[in-house]
Amino acid sequence: MPNVTFASVNVGDVIPALTKDEITRTTLSLFAGASGDHNPIHIDIDFARKAGMKDVFAHGMLSMAYLAQTVTNWVPQTALRSYGVRFSAITHLKDRITCSGEIIEKFEENGETRVRLKLQAANQDGEVKLVGEAVVALP
Amino acid sequence: MIDRSHIGREFGVHTAEIEKGRLRFFAKATGETNPIYFDEDAAKAAGLPTLPAPPTFLFSMDMEVPDPFEILAIMDIDLGKILHGNQEFTYHKDVYAGDSISFKSTVTDIFDKKGGALEFVVKKTSATNQHGDVVAEMTRTIVVRNG
Repeated sequence: MPNVTFASVNVGDVIPALTKDEITRTTLSLFAGASGDHNPIHIDIDFARKAGMKDVFAHGMLSMAYLAQTVTNWVPQTALRSYGVRFSAITHLKDRITCSGEIIEKFEENGETRVRLKLQAANQDGEVKLVGEAVVALP
Repeated sequence: MIDRSHIGREFGVHTAEIEKGRLRFFAKATGETNPIYFDEDAAKAAGLPTLPAPPTFLFSMDMEVPDPFEILAIMDIDLGKILHGNQEFTYHKDVYAGDSISFKSTVTDIFDKKGGALEFVVKKTSATNQHGDVVAEMTRTIVVRNG
């Protein structure tokens, strides 16, 4: 992992983007099991249709986990102080999610030098699925 | 409409163990490529005591109860009508395999938009480890599609 320091980064810097594999039914089955979210709307097309959806769709927390990887690929997770997202659109089967982030603020808080990242997850057509922020402490 | 008297409702504390096997499964299911999340030797080489729980993992552990959708049943909300609106985490301590985390949740707000077509339930959860340290706080906003 590159040695990211507070002095070496600037507002406007982008962190390396991450593109994940296409979301399939298998992806959603595995994530249902691993995440413990067994809501059938993500894994059972009959249930999804009865609920008025055309098909099953991805757990928001799957994309939130993807977006977190963008941050933890950049700095160690021990530096992460907060992380939040708004789920702005449903992530569907066959979506290929690209996660990106940009430094929007450098500040000091609780005796630490920290940066605030603006984060985004979007599909292959550029449709934004999640927008969020994370605060990380940098040495 | 969801009964606003549920605001302030507290749920019982429950405790979940952070297990290595489950962490490896979560890493696989999320396409994790950083080996510190699934290979204990790699985690130790990176200076960690063992496998760490990734940033959103506590959300999953908070669902480790007999009925993770109890909140919906209590409020008479249809499981097929909910979406996840917002999710926030504030981190205080790192969480690793072998930790035992206790979760305590409170409904902090219920509100609606678009003339009641969308309703929102906000649940705050604190996560405390086996040493009594608060490791994280989580805020989840559930959206209910009434339309």
